[in-house]
Amino acid sequence: MPVGAAALAVLLWALAVRLTHTTVFPSPLKVVSGLQELAGRGVLWRYVGDSLRRVASGYFLALVLGIPTGLALGWHPNLASAFNPVIQMARPISPLAWMPLAILWFGVSEAAPGFLIFLGAFFPIVVAASNGVRSVPAMYLQAGRNFGLSTPRLLARVVFPAALPQILVGLRIALGIAWLVVVAAEMIAVDSGLGYLIIDSRNAGKRYDLVVAGMLLIGAIGLVLDLLARRLEKLRSVRWGFQAETA
Amino acid sequence: MTPSPKVNIRSLSMLFPTDGSVIEVLSSIDLEVEDGELVCILGPSGCGKSTLLNVVGGFLKASAGTVLIDGQEVAGPDPRRIFVFQERGVFPWLTVEGNVGFGLFRLDARERAERIAHYVKLVGLSGFENAYPQELSGGMKQRLEVARALAVNPDVLFLDEPFGALDSITRLIMRSELLRIRRAEKKTVLFVTHDIDESVQLADRVVVMSTRPATIRRIVDIDMPHPRDLSAPRYIELRDLLLEEIGLAHKI
Repeated sequence: MPVGAAALAVLLWALAVRLTHTTVFPSPLKVVSGLQELAGRGVLWRYVGDSLRRVASGYFLALVLGIPTGLALGWHPNLASAFNPVIQMARPISPLAWMPLAILWFGVSEAAPGFLIFLGAFFPIVVAASNGVRSVPAMYLQAGRNFGLSTPRLLARVVFPAALPQILVGLRIALGIAWLVVVAAEMIAVDSGLGYLIIDSRNAGKRYDLVVAGMLLIGAIGLVLDLLARRLEKLRSVRWGFQAETA
Repeated sequence: MTPSPKVNIRSLSMLFPTDGSVIEVLSSIDLEVEDGELVCILGPSGCGKSTLLNVVGGFLKASAGTVLIDGQEVAGPDPRRIFVFQERGVFPWLTVEGNVGFGLFRLDARERAERIAHYVKLVGLSGFENAYPQELSGGMKQRLEVARALAVNPDVLFLDEPFGALDSITRLIMRSELLRIRRAEKKTVLFVTHDIDESVQLADRVVVMSTRPATIRRIVDIDMPHPRDLSAPRYIELRDLLLEEIGLAHKI
């Protein structure tokens, strides 16, 4: 079925291009040959790799800083009520709005898109981790204390595993955002990657076949990333958080 | 010298402030529980019997009065006294083995494995060592939680309506399981329930609580040896006595 739906979409696309006699928008076949051209020039895999590398570094930083921050905010209600207004205000600001500042601080360098990806991924991770901690049933904490666990042990052995399903959801959402942001960030700050491919193909000769090729690559890679993130939710020690209990 | 009671509750009161007023939940409770005794605390829903158990367990601080266990005032939760909830208290991210071994972090690996194996077998979960709680039935989860509690070798178990969420057949099976396990591991048990039959089937003594603010109306000795015959005249007599004490008619 999904294959059929994708085939239908391609068919409609091909039909639309033919019927409108457009000279600007490429047909599916032209996009495929565009992809072949990119692969032939050796930039296809380099651009994909560069984009993924940027996402990985910004996302990893957000994960390493975001999870402890979220756990701390979820565990200490006072800390949460102090920082929540700041977080809630920073959250709706699109990472793209930070672009001028990112360039000002980091220049036209790898750090600028990395910073934007970090910003995009950081807040969803923090919010998911802190919500996850706050919704840990009191019974689990009581049981953990009853067995004589110190607070660090309680955090590691009860609070974190109990919050993990929610944290994983946050990580998956953050990965999607990180991928969105890298493409936009590459349109300004760097000269490689899939975002750069799109903006460069348009500016240098209006190669709309390559523009659409870039878009499709972004979509396909985003899909794969999401599927990989969903795989984590199937792990046995977190699966309980993702299905209604049947008992 | 007579041995001092295992659990000694003295003029215990509990007040909960609500907006504007103060609600008295427990009112000067006095109770002594002997070592190895199984005492059921029986009362209507919402009477404060769970609150009493939480205070004795060290999870709530009493407004007045004291709780002594082995002559020492209870200051907080303690692994020597384990609280068993309804089966929802098992950790869903751990396997059966992981749950049973949860409190055994101070032991070395070999001793831990032995204890786990012993208690998994005792509660009849052999073959399910690597199963996760979501793959178990309600009754099996309840056994698992009991095994997790017993594994740390506590002297007192607090059971707060442990079988309340189970269907009536499973509940009956679990009661005889509890009695069987208790023969193997002699523990002092405080068992909160609102089920009159349950209390007559399990307890050495039944403490009947009043409605809020909860006081002890009466303590009834269940002078029947195990296994108890559920249609014996004495069983019916004791059940009717408790029914009356709780203020319910014999007919429906």
